[in-house]
Amino acid sequence: MDNIIVIAIIALGGLGLIAALILYFIANKFKVFEDPKIDEVEEALPSANCGGCGFPGCRAYAEATVKAAKDKGSLEGLNCPVGGNDVAQTVGNILGLEVEETDPMIAVIRCNGSRTNSPGKVTYEGATSCAFAHALYSGEGGCQFGCLGLADCVDSCDFDAIHMNTETGLPEVNDKCTACGACVTACPRDIIELRKKGPKDKKIFVSCVNKEKGAPAKKNCIVACIGCGKCDKVCNFDAITITSFLAYIDFTKCTLCRKCVEVCPTNSIHEINFRPRKPKPEKPKVVAPSVDTPGVKKPTNEESAKPSEQKLSKPKDVENTIAEKPVENIDKKE
Amino acid sequence: MGILRTFVLGGIHPTENKISSNAPIETINVPEQAIVPLGQNLGAPSTPIVNKGDMVKVGQLLAEATGFISTNIHSPVSGKVLKIDNALDGSGYKRPAIIINVEGDEWAEGIDTSTDLVNEITLDSKEIIEKIKNAGIVGMGGAAFPTYVKLMPPPGKTAEFLIINGVECEPYLTADHRLMLEKGQEIIIGTRILMKALNVDKAFIGIENNKPDAINHMRELVRSQDDIEVQTLKVQYPQGGEKQLIKASVNREVPSGKLPIEVGCVVQNVGTAFAVYEAVQKNKPLIERVVTVTGKAVKKPSNFLTRIGTPISQLIDATAGLPSNTGKIIGGGPMMGKAISSVDIPIVKGSSGVLLMKKEESSRRVESPCIRCSKCTYVCPMGLEPFLLSQAGKLGNYELAENESIMDCIECGSCQYGCPAGIPLLDYLRLGKLKVGEIMRNRGKN
Repeated sequence: MDNIIVIAIIALGGLGLIAALILYFIANKFKVFEDPKIDEVEEALPSANCGGCGFPGCRAYAEATVKAAKDKGSLEGLNCPVGGNDVAQTVGNILGLEVEETDPMIAVIRCNGSRTNSPGKVTYEGATSCAFAHALYSGEGGCQFGCLGLADCVDSCDFDAIHMNTETGLPEVNDKCTACGACVTACPRDIIELRKKGPKDKKIFVSCVNKEKGAPAKKNCIVACIGCGKCDKVCNFDAITITSFLAYIDFTKCTLCRKCVEVCPTNSIHEINFRPRKPKPEKPKVVAPSVDTPGVKKPTNEESAKPSEQKLSKPKDVENTIAEKPVENIDKKE
Repeated sequence: MGILRTFVLGGIHPTENKISSNAPIETINVPEQAIVPLGQNLGAPSTPIVNKGDMVKVGQLLAEATGFISTNIHSPVSGKVLKIDNALDGSGYKRPAIIINVEGDEWAEGIDTSTDLVNEITLDSKEIIEKIKNAGIVGMGGAAFPTYVKLMPPPGKTAEFLIINGVECEPYLTADHRLMLEKGQEIIIGTRILMKALNVDKAFIGIENNKPDAINHMRELVRSQDDIEVQTLKVQYPQGGEKQLIKASVNREVPSGKLPIEVGCVVQNVGTAFAVYEAVQKNKPLIERVVTVTGKAVKKPSNFLTRIGTPISQLIDATAGLPSNTGKIIGGGPMMGKAISSVDIPIVKGSSGVLLMKKEESSRRVESPCIRCSKCTYVCPMGLEPFLLSQAGKLGNYELAENESIMDCIECGSCQYGCPAGIPLLDYLRLGKLKVGEIMRNRGKN
């Protein structure tokens, strides 16, 4: 009896030993070297696996960063939008690289065609999918560029950062947004854009993507951009471009001066998180110096030498024009 | 009479409601302003060759074909070109169109406007195809596929049979039915022209047996001719689909993803045959078509011979006005048509009907969960699994959808028609087709 047990122990033990030896040599032969830094980087990432960086998941991004650090010595073009600067700094520390700070971004809905601004002309009762409705027709309000309100962007968001406002029928982005860009690709009409978050979350953007001429655009929506070009003229920083009757504000050039917001006749330029403006009576004073700002109309040396006179003469001109107008009207009526 | 011919797989029999079948074709007045969209056919839109302010005559070339699958567009009216601008069309979007202010009704030279029958076919195959191409003829059944493309089989393939589609399986529509009754002789000559163009010896005209008068009339016309046979088909939707009609008519099956020419068949609509007759024998380009305007609440359901570019509102007015309880206006038939968002949309080459649905008819059923009754699979004429495919389309599993042949779906709507749970199967199927098609095209590019 004892004998059998001993034989069994020796036989199985020997078998295990042989198998272990084979496995040891095979493991050595086919060993895949994996940089331990990959694990470290992955650990530092937010593990959202959202794909915002352009790679299929955080692991793939970690591999790419380690490879880039080895080959190129920089992390240029590799940006985890969810982690932001903090994560970029940690990753840089792990890989021993200097990382440049990037501006935090946020998704912005560039359509204000709410139920009151763009009232429905037809009723849609098909499948609740923007992609499907987009292939079918232009939309309940009639604008063929505007938001369809069927929430494809909400479905695409992994961060609970975008919700439909039931009153306006438009989506709204909250501060949970990580700028992963999932909603940007989900929107069949390219309404959502990633823009710079700005200091204290201040931002100015054209809340319209309608490329039609002014009249047909305004027929469907009272807050549509009509491409009048007033904002372009007033902008001193060359930040506004107008292509096919649609203004676009370049957020890399915009200094948040808010001049364009004032002049927009359809209120399609939005300012967000700004302090309320000063009351209206002070407006002429604000307007007068703006004419003299460099870039628009450069005052000659003589003129700029006598600023006091200029300021005095301006209001007079304004008064004159105001006084003249009623007289003209009376003449015409008679 | 033995068992009637039909296709074997799936199919449904919706209520026919052919209430306008006794209304003779009426010619409707030329509109005051014609809107002629540049993209009326499948494929690339045409390029305009007229400018703003030009005077045009009826039948004058307005826009030229660009690319292989594209057609010429002729002026349906005479007058002054007001502008070339974006206008709302059946797609639901504003697309480029030529807008003409009508002045008088002056026809271009060389068009025979008389109703005399021209029997003799003097042209040869190539000349016929050239003429059909120049006349801008497209499939009049609804898909608007350029006809001349179908008449030129790819190298290595030859056509054996021509099948003329007089099925008109869509409920409500009667345009083809009336055309067969009133223009039967022209359709037969058109069929002969198409046979000559394709170089085939045998043609079938398939008609469903809910149109006995049309069957008898067409039989009478081809009595002593062996090469054209009128076939009576059992009423079954969607028999008007190319693949279903080929199965019913000559008992051949078109392989998945292939064209009918693969099994030696070419299918043309009766409306197309009539347009071919007019183009080849009368030199008249495709500028008008028969449109059924119907609906249960419509006072005078009618079939109108109308110029392309006529706004739908004018057709509705001609039926004694829009019924007050209209809930939905559909361009096309109730099964495959599409609801339109404005009555200013013009009639195009592919418009076969305008259906005014009552409010209570038009509302969709409330969607409830699938009860796994498999009715959709049972009725699918292409042998697909509609519920599986629609879910794959809805949830974005495009790989599964492609493997399960979503691209074979002909969007007939049979699955959704019978679904006891009221699931919008076809919506998600279309969405899936859209996405899978996009993926396949991108794959082809890379």
